[in-house]
Amino acid sequence: MSGRRGATGQRGRPPWALVPLAALTVTFLLVPFVALLQRAPWSGLADLLRDPVVTDALRLSLISACTATVISLVGGIPLAWMLARTDFPGRSLVRALVVLPMVLPPVVGGAALLFAFGRRGLVGGPVYDGTGFLLPYSLWGVVAANTFVALPFLVVTVEAGLRSANLRYEDAAATLGAGRWMIFRRITLPMTLPSVVAGAVLCWARALGEFGATVTFAGNLQGRTQTMPLAVFLALESDREAAIALSLVLVAVSLAVLLPLRDRWLAA
Amino acid sequence: MLMPVRRLPALVVCAALVGAVACGDDDTADAADGTTTDLAGTITVFAASSLTDAFEEAAEAFEQAYPDVTVELNVAGSSALREQILAGAPADVFAAANPSNMDQVAEAGEVDGDAEVLVHNSLEIAVAAGNPGGVEGLEDFADDSLLIGLCAIEVPCGDFGREVLADAGVTPAPDTEEPDVRSLLTKVASGDLDAGLVYATDVESAGDAVEGIAIPDDVNVVADYPIAALAGAGEPEIAAAFVDYLLSDDGQAILTSYGFAPA
Repeated sequence: MSGRRGATGQRGRPPWALVPLAALTVTFLLVPFVALLQRAPWSGLADLLRDPVVTDALRLSLISACTATVISLVGGIPLAWMLARTDFPGRSLVRALVVLPMVLPPVVGGAALLFAFGRRGLVGGPVYDGTGFLLPYSLWGVVAANTFVALPFLVVTVEAGLRSANLRYEDAAATLGAGRWMIFRRITLPMTLPSVVAGAVLCWARALGEFGATVTFAGNLQGRTQTMPLAVFLALESDREAAIALSLVLVAVSLAVLLPLRDRWLAA
Repeated sequence: MLMPVRRLPALVVCAALVGAVACGDDDTADAADGTTTDLAGTITVFAASSLTDAFEEAAEAFEQAYPDVTVELNVAGSSALREQILAGAPADVFAAANPSNMDQVAEAGEVDGDAEVLVHNSLEIAVAAGNPGGVEGLEDFADDSLLIGLCAIEVPCGDFGREVLADAGVTPAPDTEEPDVRSLLTKVASGDLDAGLVYATDVESAGDAVEGIAIPDDVNVVADYPIAALAGAGEPEIAAAFVDYLLSDDGQAILTSYGFAPA
């Protein structure tokens, strides 16, 4: 890792103009977190972590964010490959569609999901009438909302990785008789693994913090659909200190997952 | 006080007449005694979201009475508004959906004088048009096969809702506890829920999309909506005049047309 960076000979000597701007950026990001820590009710934190509302919400958050990330990987990598490597009619349209959930206010995304998969929805209506299956008010509804909002982060990142990957190795493998699937599996995927991991991390983090689409589409019920952001929002209505403590738990959990990953995969 | 002294008598007259639309409009009277009865400036009114439609109309009527006055509405959940006020947001008037949020603002010394009861509201069962779930009353809220929504207990409508259900001896089986009454109403209106417990005013505001089923008086709650001018008001005289207007017959007539019960 350090070999790659050291090779440029620039390490540790940035252009002077970058330093104050970088420092300003860090300050801007840091100050709100310091303010949050300063308001935190440290003494009550331990009790709060044993509160069933918190443990339920944390469990549901982790399950739904991880499931949404797996679904995004399974569905998103093939889509990213199609966007990066093939030219099909309407590709730019599909690319615009992929980033749409990033632009859409999450609450609107949740309403759109409801129009599509709700009990009276375009798809959800016939499915419910036929089978009685309903996505809203269930953990699968939370996963669907998380996936809808977080998937673009994975697709965009992986597509960028695929585009910047050197095609020489794939060509070499092809001339040596490797099939397309083998090339994808043995060359393309390992070579773009850093961007796959980066995309998955972004996707997971976005899913973990998801609020608007989740509450609109899946609703809010402790132990069934209430994730951490929903619990934080409602705690804010009645008990600000609890809300701050809950957010710190969420921040701590995400740091515990992201920091090791960042050192391993994203340091380049 | 920064209030110009010459405006004081005019304000008293105005407060007495308030609601009579002529009050601020009467330019000839101004010319006659050389003073102005017109209030001028902008006030920011923090109002509970259930007051949205009613306050928009009331603010418009008030602005017609005082052409130089602009009323800006900031509507949100009462507790969110309380937090904003306590954090120093510039607000002239606060109208909350329950007394406890007002009490907390008053305890912090943010209320100018005393809060008064503006209107009452009560709860009603909301069902989608045509009542597809066949809901008949509160006891259906215990039915697991129906899709039932309540407000989360952290917001006033959720608190009242549970009180009503407890008084009726019903243990609810909710499928969702919505963070505010409007999102609950939306899900009932769209057919994504069979029934929800909302304010009578919400059923009124939803028009044809939603039908209301009355709750017997002996178990229903009467929610007090308090209102007060705030100590930190930038325009204390306009703030006081607006509160007086809402409490006047004309103001109350507007509010009750949205389903509120008069104070």
